[in-house]
Amino acid sequence: MALVLNEEQNLLQQTARSFVQGKAPVEALRKLRDERDETGFSRELWKEMTDLGWAGVAVPEEYGGFELGYVGLGLILEECGRMLTASPLVSTVLLGATAVALGGSEEQKNSILPAIIGGEQILTLALDETPHHAPTKISMTAEKSAEGFVLNGKKEFVMDGHVADKFIVAARTSGKSGEEKGISLFLVDADNPGVAAERLSMVDSRNAAKVTFKNVKVSSGALLGELDKGFPLLEKVMDIGRIGLAAEMLGMAQEAFQRTLEYLKERKQFGVLIGSFQALQHRAVVMFCEIELCKSMVLKALSAIDEKDEKNLPILASATKAKMGETLKLVSNEAIQMFAGIGMTDEHEIGFFLKRARVAQQIFGDQSYHLDRFASLNGY
Amino acid sequence: MPDLEKFRAETRAWLEANCPESMRQPARSSEEYYWGGRNGKFASEDQKIWFERMLEKRWIAPHWPSEYGGGGLSKDENKILLEEMRRLGCRPPHTNFGITMLGPVLLKYGSEEQKREHIPKILRGEIRWCQGYSEPGAGSDLAGLSCKAEPDGDDYIINGQKIWTSYAEKADWIFNLVRTDTTVQKQKGISFVLIDMATPGVSTRPIKLISGNSPFCETFFDNVRVPKSNLLGKENEGWTYAKYLLSHEREMISGIGDQGVTKTLGELAVERIGKQDGKLADSVLRPEIAKLEMNALAFQLTVERAKDQAKAGQGLGDVASMFKYYGTELNKNRHELIISVAGMEGLVWEGEEYNEGYTARTWLRTKGNSIEGGTSEIQLNVIAKRVLGLPS
Repeated sequence: MALVLNEEQNLLQQTARSFVQGKAPVEALRKLRDERDETGFSRELWKEMTDLGWAGVAVPEEYGGFELGYVGLGLILEECGRMLTASPLVSTVLLGATAVALGGSEEQKNSILPAIIGGEQILTLALDETPHHAPTKISMTAEKSAEGFVLNGKKEFVMDGHVADKFIVAARTSGKSGEEKGISLFLVDADNPGVAAERLSMVDSRNAAKVTFKNVKVSSGALLGELDKGFPLLEKVMDIGRIGLAAEMLGMAQEAFQRTLEYLKERKQFGVLIGSFQALQHRAVVMFCEIELCKSMVLKALSAIDEKDEKNLPILASATKAKMGETLKLVSNEAIQMFAGIGMTDEHEIGFFLKRARVAQQIFGDQSYHLDRFASLNGY
Repeated sequence: MPDLEKFRAETRAWLEANCPESMRQPARSSEEYYWGGRNGKFASEDQKIWFERMLEKRWIAPHWPSEYGGGGLSKDENKILLEEMRRLGCRPPHTNFGITMLGPVLLKYGSEEQKREHIPKILRGEIRWCQGYSEPGAGSDLAGLSCKAEPDGDDYIINGQKIWTSYAEKADWIFNLVRTDTTVQKQKGISFVLIDMATPGVSTRPIKLISGNSPFCETFFDNVRVPKSNLLGKENEGWTYAKYLLSHEREMISGIGDQGVTKTLGELAVERIGKQDGKLADSVLRPEIAKLEMNALAFQLTVERAKDQAKAGQGLGDVASMFKYYGTELNKNRHELIISVAGMEGLVWEGEEYNEGYTARTWLRTKGNSIEGGTSEIQLNVIAKRVLGLPS
């Protein structure tokens, strides 16, 4: 695909932009935070988003989806990123629907995907067990039993964990922590006895939870994908997740940069606009260039998902997540410095971008994780 | 697009059949390219064959209009040809600032007569061109140039000095910026003149650089008489043409890191440094290399995206300055890392065993990338003003 949006995609982006800016601006996140909202996002908003078809954008038509692909989903994520919109779009659609569509049996796909598209179910991926992304470091176990499996273990920082209806859990059916082999994925209902989620309060005011699984019994039909060989599926879901997350981060970076640039054009000191100072101009241009580079990478990586470019997907995912993380870190820090005093206040919205930036950087691996992986994938 | 796929297959087959093996190896110095010109010589028989076959195929400037001897290829076809040449490692058959810099300006602003006079000679390698832009007192402040052209009947009399004129001592003609009006705003009194360097009063002197090579010269004009018909476009509107040319020059310089790259930096590092526990043995250098290669990938994709957007009629803004800035900083960084990877071997100055210090000399030369064609700081100024709309 050429690295340019077609008419349909442009239209989708416009629709998403006006919807998100009208219904879920940064103010909405502040309100959720200040009111200590129990859900952590607005269910009414999620209903409207799913009514627009957003939960089915990347799902194949045969399961009720709209086949606008991951480029389409990426555009929606980007627009949500601009306004820091809280919703289960990443957990349920980018991760949940993707995992089920890629690894599910016909039965699983037919029962779960329409429920996701209709906004009836919140799904999430319960993966990491440590504060750092480490997808092979899985100690949680799933032991074979007469009826299926018994799950025991703990998952950390599970996105939307306290409101999820269903978890996709990575557990060990053989091998030991650190190994790729022996990891299997399971679909576990939240109301299953033995599942307990404890909500965490995070710096970005978005949902994360510690989820424990104590003697949780599931049927053999709960297995998603192959026994012991869940890792390749998991890795693909994560790569798609990394790229989708990078799209959200791209939206954040663009918005934070745009707001900073506007401020440089209105704030006066020493009787002149501070945007006339070369020291600030050059730093603004460096941010501009880095964001332009990120746009190309995100679009290329999203296209690679749609084109099923399996060979390049891991490298593109790591390069994109690392580059986007580095750029967002730069832009969010420079934004605070350029807004200066007012940027340090809770009253101003720019701080929300800094806070969300760091969390998004960590999810599914930060710059160190992905530069390391990028180097290994390239043979050094 | 079956037509384009057919074109690609035919192009690939033709290149494989016609590009001599030795012309598929990366050039180790600028002398290994064919530059043409009155005194131009082929460095090898293969070079001659390659040039003549490409000339006959009209692929010296494949996307120029065919009425002046260009290949008349569409943008898509041209892209395919370049991709296929890169895939095989084909060297450009003819390097000439007449092609990369003057040509686009001549085609856009030149008179019909000028196009018919100069373009075929450029393509056939008969005339080698150089660029008369910078002056001792006009570097970053290029519009402050003072080399002057005074009218005298049907001629101009030119007096002044240019500096950093690449390969001026080997060039036949120079496209030269001159001052034709001193009473107006500096940008409004500049003209763009084409000068035969064989004209009495033109002289050059090479400048030795930190790399030990002398690709640049000083060029002097002492009462040089040039017919007014050699003026490109209109008098005092040369700044417009100069800027148009600069955007092409900047694009060319931004792609400078692409030439002759056969191994990735990561591969080179593994070869020189080795691995430990499956990873490059230098654990500090490793992420630096990864970052460089990540940025190089992002940059390459951005060049691609800019082309795709241009094709779709959506501009990316002043991309030439962005590419010039980012591409040259990237290339400097790449060569710093090459020196790190090579260790002391990378710092050898002479000796056949060490390719006459090629690694060190190339590294030193890259320092100029972010200076020539407008410094990085000038590019940042241009983007701040023209793209971001920041106040001055």
